[in-house]
This record gives sequence, structure tokens and C-alpha cells, in this order.
Amino acid sequence: MSITVSNISKSYKSVKALENISFNVKEGELFGLIGPDGSGKTTLFRILTTLLIANEGSATVADFDVVADYKKIRNNVGYMPGKFSLYQDLTIEENLEFFATIFGTTIEENYDLIKDIYVQIEPFKDRRAGKLSGGMKQKLALCCALIHKPKVLFLDEPTTGVDPVSRKEFWEMLKRLQQKGITILVSTPYMDEAALCDRIALIQDGKILQIDTPQAIVKHYPKQIFNVRANNTYQLINSLKAYEHNHSVYPFGEFVHYTDKRADFEREDLIQYLESENLSDIEIEKTLPTIEDTFMELAK
Amino acid sequence: MKKENVIEAQNLTKMFGDFTAVNAISFEVKKGEIFGFLGANGAGKTTAMKMLIGISKPTSGKANVAGFDVFTNAEDIKKNIGYMSQKFALYDDLTVKENITFFGGIYGLSRKQIKEKSNNLIEALGLEEVANKLVGALPLGWKQKLSFSVALLHDPKIVFLDEPTGGVDSITRRQFWEMIYKAANQGTTVFVTTHYMDEAEYCDRVSIMVNGKIEALDTPKKLKQQFKVANMNDVFLKLARG
Repeated sequence: MSITVSNISKSYKSVKALENISFNVKEGELFGLIGPDGSGKTTLFRILTTLLIANEGSATVADFDVVADYKKIRNNVGYMPGKFSLYQDLTIEENLEFFATIFGTTIEENYDLIKDIYVQIEPFKDRRAGKLSGGMKQKLALCCALIHKPKVLFLDEPTTGVDPVSRKEFWEMLKRLQQKGITILVSTPYMDEAALCDRIALIQDGKILQIDTPQAIVKHYPKQIFNVRANNTYQLINSLKAYEHNHSVYPFGEFVHYTDKRADFEREDLIQYLESENLSDIEIEKTLPTIEDTFMELAK
Repeated sequence: MKKENVIEAQNLTKMFGDFTAVNAISFEVKKGEIFGFLGANGAGKTTAMKMLIGISKPTSGKANVAGFDVFTNAEDIKKNIGYMSQKFALYDDLTVKENITFFGGIYGLSRKQIKEKSNNLIEALGLEEVANKLVGALPLGWKQKLSFSVALLHDPKIVFLDEPTGGVDSITRRQFWEMIYKAANQGTTVFVTTHYMDEAEYCDRVSIMVNGKIEALDTPKKLKQQFKVANMNDVFLKLARG
């Protein structure tokens, strides 16, 4: 096992940030922690990277204990915090050299590992980190986290606030790193990125709701979901919410996702009801659940 | 009945030295419309938005926002719009009530109006229990909903939302969009940027900026037809990747 987490709890004063968290990450696995702001993701990252000590429980990273062997862990992991933490007044190249030196290595020694990513920012290597765009900062931070060839890579919301194009490129980079044998623990609030992980843990309010492969998580969804559309989305949402048989109602892209409490749901009944609410152009079709549907059902 | 335009931009351009951040963009937004303003990081969205809300002077072109010219009446624009960004939020060390009172005052509302609005708003958001708590102690989702309501305190004609739902959980994100639908239904125009492509589908019309220019502008449905793809994410990837 590359990461083991056993019954970890952490509180800040009266706030329980993590409650009895347990999971394992296999060697070479791309494991996702999926949850919103404030769900405890960052606290967990800080415990696993030895920057914070848990109140209860134990954890190992690359077979080292996070408390007893913290120095060994620091040599064996790369950590990209959610907040940009490089030196703003050093250039791209200077930042990278600095991190290489700290870990007793050189850019040349591990250039292979970062090459794919570094070539994209190399044309700007004399630019100060503070002057870089969001996408470029993110690439530099990833290079700095990789320069000592870590066994395990921790990425805390690497794509938050990043546009869809850069997000896609970033995940392609992660897949390539995984192929080089690096274990990756990554957190994200974007549910569509969850599908790109080998396994995911859904986390909310410091608790893990479910752990499984993305495919299996979607399979466990208990209801039939319907895509509903009408001429006025705002009225449609209000009417569906007022419908006595509704189990859940969520706007979802161009449709509203609706589930019904009854096992013998009849589409015609709902159409009639919506028409009585003065809605028109009504469409109701079966659809498959997404990870986000599952998350909302579990978090309800 | 043809609805009036509340934003009109014609060849709106902003240059920083030799660099053209916004390159002659032209578009209109109608009253009560939810208008999605999309683009990659660095495409020029924020610069364009700053010109529209009257805090950055365009280099050339024309724009009229809420009936006022961005060159000559920037101050009037500020009084007639609401603005909310992911970063700005509210004052963490003021309570919910104090924040509402403060912003109400800034927007020039009377004491009576502030009191009334404040009570309505706290009730509508279900914040009775935390009305006298510091905003800093609230979960992010609540802060964002409060912040949106505060941006609407003075009944602006247009509200500008700059990535209002970043990092917010799925359920709260949807509650937030329901608030947007409600505001639009009451006639407030909503101008919104987002990196969540499923949210782009909630908009009446969407524009996509690439390298300072608007490269696409239509309803999500028509954009998907035009680019022959199933969702807005693929529209975005096709356009922004070239």
C-alpha cells in the first residue's frame, strides 16, 4: 500500500474537520478525494504530508509513519498545496532550481520526469512566478513538486479556478505521471474529474460518504432519474419541488434532474401535473445518473 | 414584445501597451436575460467585465450599460448594477446583519429600506440563527448566497457575477442557480462567468471569448448544433483549442 489511513480524526477547537477517516491507496493508483470547500480535504492532505498531527488514528505514506518517520516522508512525497506557494519573486527557473537544491538533486537529474510539462513553460523561464497566468503557475508548481522524483504525489485542488482546456491538459499530464509509477492522491470539487480517477472517495463535512471506482459509485444510485424540460426553467423547478411525490429536484445542465418517491411512477401523471401548472413544451426522458447525482443523494 | 437591451457593446477594445486584451467585442444583452460570459484563463473576460462595470476605461469602441455610457457616466453605471466576485465576498469580521447594513448604506438605501430588506433577506436565506454571527464563521456556500443577495440589495438592473460558484458544493451550487433564475424571472439581467460547463447550459445565451475576441455567441442549444457536439464542454474545447 502506498498510503494507509486508519481512523483519522482531527478537530480545530469546536469544529470537527475529519471524523474517523479510513482508506488505502495502492501503489501506482490515481485516487481522487471528491468534495466541496470545507469538507476536510486540505486537513487530510496536511496530515499525510506531515504538516499537521491528527488527534486520533494513524497513517502511513510510502510505508513510513506520518508521525514517527515524518522526515523520511518529506523526502519521498511531492505536495502541491491548493494555494500557490512558490516564490513569486523568483523566476520559473530559479524556483525549480531552488526546490531541486533543497532535495539534493538537480534539474538535469530528473528532467525526464518533468520534461513534458516543463517544455510548455520553458519559453518563459526568466519570468517571475508572480507574473504568470493561472495555468502556467499550476504547471510550474507541478514541476517543483516532481523535481525530486517522489513516490507519492499529493495535489490539493490543482484545477480549481482553471478553465476547461487547461483542466483537460492537466489530467492528461497526471495520467502520464501515473504510467511512470507515481502514486497520486488528488482532490477536486469538479465532479466530472472524478470519472478520470481509478478510485474515488466522496467526502463531505469531514466524513467519507463512499469509496469505490467511479463506475461502481454511479451503479449504486438507488433511483431512476428523469431529464425534465419545459418552457420556463424557473417555474419548472418550483412546480417540481411543490409536487407531492418528488424525491429530488436539481437543475442539471439544460435539464432538471427529477426523481420520484413512488416505485410505479407514471410519466403521464407528471406531464398532466406540469400542464396544470401552466407549463408547456414539456419533455420527460429517462437518463443515467452521474457521480454528481450520487454525491447529492448521499449528501442530502 | 421585444425586450429592451440593457447592455450594448460595439467594438469594445482595451489595450495594455502593445497587448490587446479585449479586441473589438460587440454584443447585446436583454433585460431579464441570463448571459453566460465564458473563456479560457487569460482570454480577456475579466478585463471586458471591468470595462462594463465602469472601473476600467476602454481604449476604443462604445458601450452602454443600464442606460449609461461607459466613457462618460461610469459612476451612474456603478449605482445601477450589482457585482459579486468569488474573491471579494463580504467583510468576514462583520456580522451578517452588519454586512447588509453596511452595503445598504453604500448603495444609498434609507434606514427604513435597509431594515426591511435586511429582514426579508435573512428570512429568505434562512439565516435567522446566524444573523448576529460573524460572516467569517459561515460555510462558503452560505457566504456566496449572502453575497449574491447583497449584490441585489439596491434592486440593480444588472448583476455581474464573476465565477460565483467556484469551490462550492453541488447542492449549494444548484441553490445558487435557483436564486439566479429567480432574479432573472423578476427582470434582473444576470451577467455571469463560470468554469463549470454544465452551468453554461443554464444560461439563455452564452458567449465564448478566445484571445480577446468573442468567437461564439448563441443559445447553448444552437452552439451545440453549430459545433455538432453533445455538451457545452465540447463546444468550449473545440473553440478554445482551435
